[in-house]
Amino acid sequence: MAANVGTVAELVGSSEQLILPEWIDLQKKAGSLNTGRITENELVSQSREFLHLLRDGLAKGGSDASNPAYGPAKQLLADVSRSRALQGFSPSETATFVFSLKQPLFNTLNRNSTLSPAQAAELTWSVTLLLDELGLFTLEVFQKSREEVIVRQQREIAELSTPVVKLWDGILALPLIGTLDSQRTQVVMENLLQTIVDSEAAIAIIDITGVPTVDTLTAQHLLKTVAAARLMGADCIVSGIRPQIAQTMVHLGVELNVVSKATLADALAVALERTGRAVTKQKRQAASEQTKTPAEKGQ
Amino acid sequence: MDRIPILKFGNALLVTIQVDMHDRLATALEEDLTSKIVEYGAKGVLIDISALEIVDSFIGRMLDNIAAVSRILDADTVVVGMRPAVAITLVELGLSLTGVKTALNVERGMALIHARLKTSDSEDDDAED
Amino acid sequence: MTTPKIERLDIRSSDDVVRVRQLARTLALGAGLSLVDQTKIITAASELARNTLDYGGGGFVVAELVEASGRRGLRLTFEDKGPGIPDIDAALKDGFTTGKGMGLGLGGARRLSNEFSIHSKPGEGTKVVIARWK
Repeated sequence: MAANVGTVAELVGSSEQLILPEWIDLQKKAGSLNTGRITENELVSQSREFLHLLRDGLAKGGSDASNPAYGPAKQLLADVSRSRALQGFSPSETATFVFSLKQPLFNTLNRNSTLSPAQAAELTWSVTLLLDELGLFTLEVFQKSREEVIVRQQREIAELSTPVVKLWDGILALPLIGTLDSQRTQVVMENLLQTIVDSEAAIAIIDITGVPTVDTLTAQHLLKTVAAARLMGADCIVSGIRPQIAQTMVHLGVELNVVSKATLADALAVALERTGRAVTKQKRQAASEQTKTPAEKGQ
Repeated sequence: MDRIPILKFGNALLVTIQVDMHDRLATALEEDLTSKIVEYGAKGVLIDISALEIVDSFIGRMLDNIAAVSRILDADTVVVGMRPAVAITLVELGLSLTGVKTALNVERGMALIHARLKTSDSEDDDAED
Repeated sequence: MTTPKIERLDIRSSDDVVRVRQLARTLALGAGLSLVDQTKIITAASELARNTLDYGGGGFVVAELVEASGRRGLRLTFEDKGPGIPDIDAALKDGFTTGKGMGLGLGGARRLSNEFSIHSKPGEGTKVVIARWK
């Protein structure tokens, strides 16, 4: 029997019943199922499919992982790797999928009596190189998927952190949280101004309770937003300026030449007043003391 | 030379700028508005710029001038419908048009002018200027 | 957009200022700029075109779509053979004007662009280059 990689392909085909259980056993020992993120059925079907595709690759593509014959096998690895990255597997847990196949394959080669020890060693070496390459490929895909997750999360954070909420008819609030850099401020600004147009709001409250520090640049951004809103015909009120921030701003010589209120509640009161509304406390009727007063508020 | 039409609307004048104005057109509008305010005894001027894709310093200056002149002639100028992108750009350019009143749309602008005319029955926002 | 688009326009009248704005808009759309960025660069172009006309006695603009390290943008070069600017630093300050404008032209155009450079020699003319990137 000639000792080429085609031999391994044949052996993988004929010894599948031996290789597969051994491989799955090793994966389980490595803790692939411990996290409960995938079921044993999934693991078995993934493993069996990969073994078939690997056999096809070995039969047609030799031991070179960059050969197009390994395309389907790599595709499967990419899918497995991507889904594991999203499920929160660690890189080593993910790479174990490929690396743990080494031992069952070597055992199969050693069990085969038609191969001389030298041939077996040579094939073992080829298979090692091949699986190493496939393992690295798996890690690369894993890494890329994680990066995609991070980019997506960054985008989501940027969007989530600038919600414009409607407090009342014609009154908007923009609760800012976190540090305001130029890029984020631009998103915030455009978002607020567009919402003013869409909702025809006359007053926008910018609440900076959640902003840890206000430097000169941030103050300028705030002022620009207020100025732009005014040009469009809406008034802005800034609320939630913390004592330290007020002090810093005075020290920096930043004049926040806008209406500002201590709390969002104060700002809302001003906004309601300006739009011709008043909030009054309802007199409780002695007869029905513990009835649903909040529900009747609107009346 | 073509001119931007000025409509009379009760005791207010309404101008809707819908074309990309060259500078001579802007200057002509300024002159026309001044004479119409006097002619009709108008108490308010409403300039709708919601169709304008940009406002540069020249048009900004025109708006400022119109507001200043009409104030002398006892009329309020309200600029309405400025787009967000235009507002952001104007602020970046360094123009805040502090002498000009603004409103989100024609309806609100008209209400602003009427509110001033009926000074007796409301505590309106005019005092803020 | 693989072919770089370059267009030249003379600035001789206030109608040409409108044409410069339209050219800037076409290219800004071609570069895929956001609405706000489009508005900024068109406004900057309008300011500089008017400067070229009012102070430079007329001139021309070269507008081009540019691409660098994967980002697209547009670059506008305004040139005139006018009297030039003796003190550029002073001219960039807000409120500086020798003409009828508000004195926001140069400084404003700089704030509205990502890139800004100006070369001027008294008696020889002025060249201003601005660019805005996606």
